[in-house]
Amino acid sequence: MASQTAATVRRVGVRATVRTVVLVYLTLLLVFPLALVLFKTFENGVAPVIDSLTTASTQHAIQITVVVAFWAVVANTIFGVTAALLLVRHTFHGKRTLNALIDLPLAVSPVVVGLSLVLVYGRLTGVGRALAGIGINVIFSIPGMVMATIFVSIPLVVRAVAPVLEEIGDDQEQAAATLGAGPVQTFRRITLPSIRGALAYGVVLALARSLGEYGAVAVVSGRLVGRTQTLTLLVQERYQNFDQQTAYASAFLLVLTAVIALLVSRLLRPKELKS
Amino acid sequence: MSIIVRDVNKSFGDFAALTDVSVEIPSGSLTALLGPSGGAKSTLLRVIAGLEKADSGLVEIEGRDATKLPAQDRGVGFVFQHYAAFKHLSVARNIAFGLEIRKRPKAEIKKKVDELLELVHLEQFAHRYPAQLSGGQRQRMALARALAVEPQVLLLDEPFGALDAQVRKELRAWLRRLHDQVHVTTVFVTHDQEEAMEVADSIVVMADGKVEQIGSPDQLYEAPANDFVMSFLGPVTKLGGELVRPHDLELSIEPRPDTVTAKVTRVTRLGFEVRVDLEIEGEELWAQVTRGSSEQLGLVEGQTLFVRRSAPVRAAAAVS
Amino acid sequence: MASSTTVGGAGVSLLGAPPAPPATPSRRRPLHGKGKAIGLSLVMTYLSIIVLIPLAAVVWHSQSNGFSGFVHAVTTPEAASTLKLTIYSSILVAAINMVMGTAIAWVLVRDKLPGRTFLDTLIDLPFALPTIVAGLALLTVYGPNSPLGVNLAYQRAGVVVALLFVTLPFVVRTVQPVLMELDTEMEQAAASLGAGPGTIFVRIILPNMFPAMAAGTALAFARSMSEFGSTVLISGNIPFQTQVASVHVYNQLESDNVAGAAAVSTVLLIVSLVVLVALDMLQRWAARRG
Repeated sequence: MASQTAATVRRVGVRATVRTVVLVYLTLLLVFPLALVLFKTFENGVAPVIDSLTTASTQHAIQITVVVAFWAVVANTIFGVTAALLLVRHTFHGKRTLNALIDLPLAVSPVVVGLSLVLVYGRLTGVGRALAGIGINVIFSIPGMVMATIFVSIPLVVRAVAPVLEEIGDDQEQAAATLGAGPVQTFRRITLPSIRGALAYGVVLALARSLGEYGAVAVVSGRLVGRTQTLTLLVQERYQNFDQQTAYASAFLLVLTAVIALLVSRLLRPKELKS
Repeated sequence: MSIIVRDVNKSFGDFAALTDVSVEIPSGSLTALLGPSGGAKSTLLRVIAGLEKADSGLVEIEGRDATKLPAQDRGVGFVFQHYAAFKHLSVARNIAFGLEIRKRPKAEIKKKVDELLELVHLEQFAHRYPAQLSGGQRQRMALARALAVEPQVLLLDEPFGALDAQVRKELRAWLRRLHDQVHVTTVFVTHDQEEAMEVADSIVVMADGKVEQIGSPDQLYEAPANDFVMSFLGPVTKLGGELVRPHDLELSIEPRPDTVTAKVTRVTRLGFEVRVDLEIEGEELWAQVTRGSSEQLGLVEGQTLFVRRSAPVRAAAAVS
Repeated sequence: MASSTTVGGAGVSLLGAPPAPPATPSRRRPLHGKGKAIGLSLVMTYLSIIVLIPLAAVVWHSQSNGFSGFVHAVTTPEAASTLKLTIYSSILVAAINMVMGTAIAWVLVRDKLPGRTFLDTLIDLPFALPTIVAGLALLTVYGPNSPLGVNLAYQRAGVVVALLFVTLPFVVRTVQPVLMELDTEMEQAAASLGAGPGTIFVRIILPNMFPAMAAGTALAFARSMSEFGSTVLISGNIPFQTQVASVHVYNQLESDNVAGAAAVSTVLLIVSLVVLVALDMLQRWAARRG
């Protein structure tokens, strides 16, 4: 009985130790740094925060960020649903390869993403010159930034939608077909409503990722202040130019966006993906 | 006695799973804990195994007070309803687990594992993983794993519950034979009275966290302690407000002492047996007769008969 | 389809481990061949324009001075030191994640800690947060003006902390679902066979968690190898000291050394590919064992 008491004490001790270590780790790594951003932002009250968020350059950065993220999300949503339908509902040669390719962007460094786009669409390349000839500048301009943002967030919608498509099966779609619905009608009336939640989840993830992308955009945008500067680029530029207030205020705005995205995505996460 | 459980209580929150449960299980016996689904039986088994701690009461295993011993030290083999196979280990390594923990010599472990594989007929599956086995095979592996450490008592929680009917029947007979071979004190939980009657030497009937009756299958069947046990252990029907087994009803064409008049509402032939539905003053009951007596009586629908309970000679004999 | 269970858990969301794809088609529809063709060409064109052609261009440019030029570019003292730092710190970060991520998953699943839901949400934050913001936050706590008095700025330790931040969720989110589905009866069975808590952990829990731990660790390693934004502010990007590979690529590009940038990028791409392939093999192996 004494040995059992000792064992119980030991087990409780192990549990308490693990718990403490985990909490300290998370506090030092996550909670404290983020809390300090909050503190630094409002160190001098709310007024300077509002001031620094309403300057022309910040406003412009917000606008650029939203525009780039919007087009990237639109493109990835269309692509994502199409790719998910292909992967789940169809068989074709090279399906496994396509599957792997969709995940590839997650494993590529953002800088390499930027570099890769510069190498193809840069001003000194054939493609870049040809596009410039018809008035489209890709690199150091919005299209390139949209492409870079698309690149890094490609898998998010696909991977949110595909499991749900798999889960619901195609019985309802077949039933709709027997009732005379064409493919487009079936998609609009049957498939789309049943993947709505998963799609919204994927869109939120893609949006959060797009709003927060830094490295790839840093490379392709050329960091042209007042022209191609996004919020994340603004944070870095302002910090290095000793305008800490704007840096922290913009960072705070991004933290807020991330937290909201996180909470919304938690609510939207499809049931079977919920842990 | 191999296992003694005395005045054990156990609740989960507000739910009283066990109330003043006392059971004694003789060495070498094969005992069934029988009762309706849910609750008590499995909890009692887990309390004996040390997987659950009783709120109060005493558990003794082979003369040793085990109430406060952790599961590790109880010398108990436990077989889980869903096998609890170690998914990452092969069948042989699953069986060897307890011996490896005890740091037995390799050669001894191998010999023992081979013996057990043979005993449970899994020789050719030694190197497979549990995922590659059928339900029945997994169950036999779990049994071999529990037996490997030569436990003082073997506890099985609904051992055949997750299997389909055919495999279930086979495994039952096999468990009975196995017990005759290894003779370890065995307790198994079941909600299937047929299973309990077929396999066990003695049966503990439980309901609502209490022990209703303990006895041999015959005792329970012939002399149930109460209506619950009687109706749980076999078919019953009601004559004059009392429970009676349908095959204990005596039918006759002529009135006899104590008979009442009944009308035949339906005659159903089920192979050798015949089920006769009757009506006595608006009250429905049924009797079970042999084909022979059915023909003698010339049973037809609408016929009038006389019914009485056949002499309850043995009933009083064996209430324990 | 079984492959989706073990590796790449559900919770890994932003930039996380993707749930594995349906390996076999559930049912195919022979109809709508036209729709399939249009969809397939759309998807392939999109991927080609955005991903495949650009990545091919990186590999192509890395070879613009021949293979020996490539080897030379990745073995210049600066490139070699940056790659070495990146690999070493990624290994260290992966190892720390393997232990801490598993411990965090353990606390989330097995420890009835009050406020678990909050903690659980918190874990995803590094995926949702822009990397530059992560870098800024860490620099605020572990920089020259550290309120804790710990200054890791412009030091390798600072790089490691930044990488630990951005890779935090990987192991947690791969191990957590496995731990949740782990049959506790297995542990009880082991206990009834005489195994103590330590033995149960080492012999039962650990082996069952291992594929998920390995997968999460591999993802954390790959992410560390390619990380850029979070290290920019805290590392100071000092060549031969704190400059990681991504920053090196960036600097080479800025100074118009395209071949050099492409060469180091190619090394990073190869590492990513190796990790992806290894993960795929691990998933298959784990799925086969059930």
